[in-house]
Amino acid sequence: MRARVRLWQLGILVLLLAGWELSVRLGWVDAFFFSKPSEIAGRIFEWFSTGEIYGHLWITLWETMLAFLIGTLLGVVLGLWLALVPTASAVLDPFIKAMNSIPRVILAPIFTLWFGLGVASKVALGVTLVFFVAFFNTYQGIKEVNPVVLANARMLGASGRQLLAHVYLPSAASWIFSSLRTSIGFAVIGAVVGEYLGSARGLGYLISQAEGVFDTTGVFAGMVVLAVFVVLLDWVVSRVEARLLVWRPAPGQEGGTV
Amino acid sequence: MRPLTQPKATSTRPAIALKGVVQRFGGYVAVGGVDLEAAAGEFVAIVGPTGCGKSTILNIVAGLRPPAEGEVRVFGEPLAGLNREAGYLFQADGLLPWKTALENVALGPVLRGVRPGEARQRARHWLAKVGLAGFEDRYPHQLSGGMKKRVALAQVLILSPRILLMDEPFGALDVQTRQLMENELLALWQEDRKTVLFVTHDLEEAIALADRVVVFSAGPASRIVGDFRVELPRPRDVAEVRLTEDFLAIHREIWGLLREEVMRAHAR
Ligand SMILES: Nc1ncnc2c1ncn2[C@@H]1O[C@H](COP(=O)(O)OP(=O)(O)OP(=O)(O)O)[C@@H](O)[C@H]1O
Ligand SMILES: [Mg+2]
Repeated sequence: MRARVRLWQLGILVLLLAGWELSVRLGWVDAFFFSKPSEIAGRIFEWFSTGEIYGHLWITLWETMLAFLIGTLLGVVLGLWLALVPTASAVLDPFIKAMNSIPRVILAPIFTLWFGLGVASKVALGVTLVFFVAFFNTYQGIKEVNPVVLANARMLGASGRQLLAHVYLPSAASWIFSSLRTSIGFAVIGAVVGEYLGSARGLGYLISQAEGVFDTTGVFAGMVVLAVFVVLLDWVVSRVEARLLVWRPAPGQEGGTV
Repeated sequence: MRPLTQPKATSTRPAIALKGVVQRFGGYVAVGGVDLEAAAGEFVAIVGPTGCGKSTILNIVAGLRPPAEGEVRVFGEPLAGLNREAGYLFQADGLLPWKTALENVALGPVLRGVRPGEARQRARHWLAKVGLAGFEDRYPHQLSGGMKKRVALAQVLILSPRILLMDEPFGALDVQTRQLMENELLALWQEDRKTVLFVTHDLEEAIALADRVVVFSAGPASRIVGDFRVELPRPRDVAEVRLTEDFLAIHREIWGLLREEVMRAHAR
């Protein structure tokens, strides 16, 4: 079953690439606008063989990790606080909604102004994206704690802090983890968009440089590298998630087994 | 005038005493004026039609939701906040899904500051006692319904509460498992005679287990409409006791009353 799905996926990919390559070679579409898979692959190979890409990859990864960590930390802490202190959430609710409604791209130039062309402005942009994902998921996760489990822990003698450690956090963990996978994507977006709009390094810079000289091959090659980069990060997070959430029943086998 | 003699020692005061207890949810009066006493060491079963407020009463005794009106006393003391004398077996599953069976049972002692190693040792002992040796490392979702109830029982009993509140603990189990667990419960109870409030839909189960059966009327504003003493000899076997003449006689007596309330609840 798994193998057959993989085979199909591979088949579709080969078909798409072959169709693309052929339509360019047969002159149905213009290579200037669409480039060619073979050329794109060649460019990627060149980037890696000359080692030119590593500096860009590293800087994007660094910005992504910083935005991810800072945004998640802030989001989880604030999510916990607002979920557990009703007055705080009642007071802050309109502010959070208003801030979340700002399109982040608009902020990029301001951050560049504030934090300069370096890493900090990209991280700031990523944080504004990641924060809300982590915040809303933590808040929701805490609100959805099973009231019977909560009452049970209280009857067994749990204090407020013990409830946090034994009930609220583990219960919200699956929400927080599902948010981590979205967050990683957003952190990358923050970093790349920031680079794209103004910087001298990173994958976003690479793509914007290529666009500047109408180098479609470079643009596509940059996108492919970026996609693989995100898939790898997502894979790492999902491995960590699986390791930490062993107690969760696999979907579809909820309930007793005996 | 104050009496010359002091009130009697704690042990002879009722373990649980409810006086004029009323509970409301918004405008809905769920429980309307309940007086109920349970002596120390007494096994009291509560029966009544669905939605009549049985769980509501247990929550009040547990201190999870104070009554709108009325008084709750535990061993003579007015109840304020959570009831520290009570262990509560909830109607729905209350196990922590992210903890193994062993960690769940060890939770109470751990929360009370017992060293983790010792807490696990005691938890292992209690898991064995409810027949789950070898299942220490299973997560709740890997256990059957009956096993989960056993873990929940061990989780509560490890703290040796003086009062045990049980809300339809065996309701979802098949007949064989159920009778097995009823007998095990009686054996455990026989060891140290806790005060038990045992809620059930099943009148036969109530009579087979309890010293007293209390019948609640259909809601809203449900009250106690019957209070019957069960004088069957102990120790009992829940399957065998059902076949005796005395059992059938008391069953007939209570069922006459309970059926009326069930029909009234149904008519609504
Ligand atoms: N938190 C709540 N909010 C509103 N109404 C409630 C709440 N809890 C209970 N009720 C209502 O109070 C009544 C009594 O509920 P309770 O759960 O005590 O019934 P019960 O006797 O335990 O029923 P069952 O046998 O089905 O478990 C019901 O009508 C129920 O709808
Ligand atoms: Mg109930």
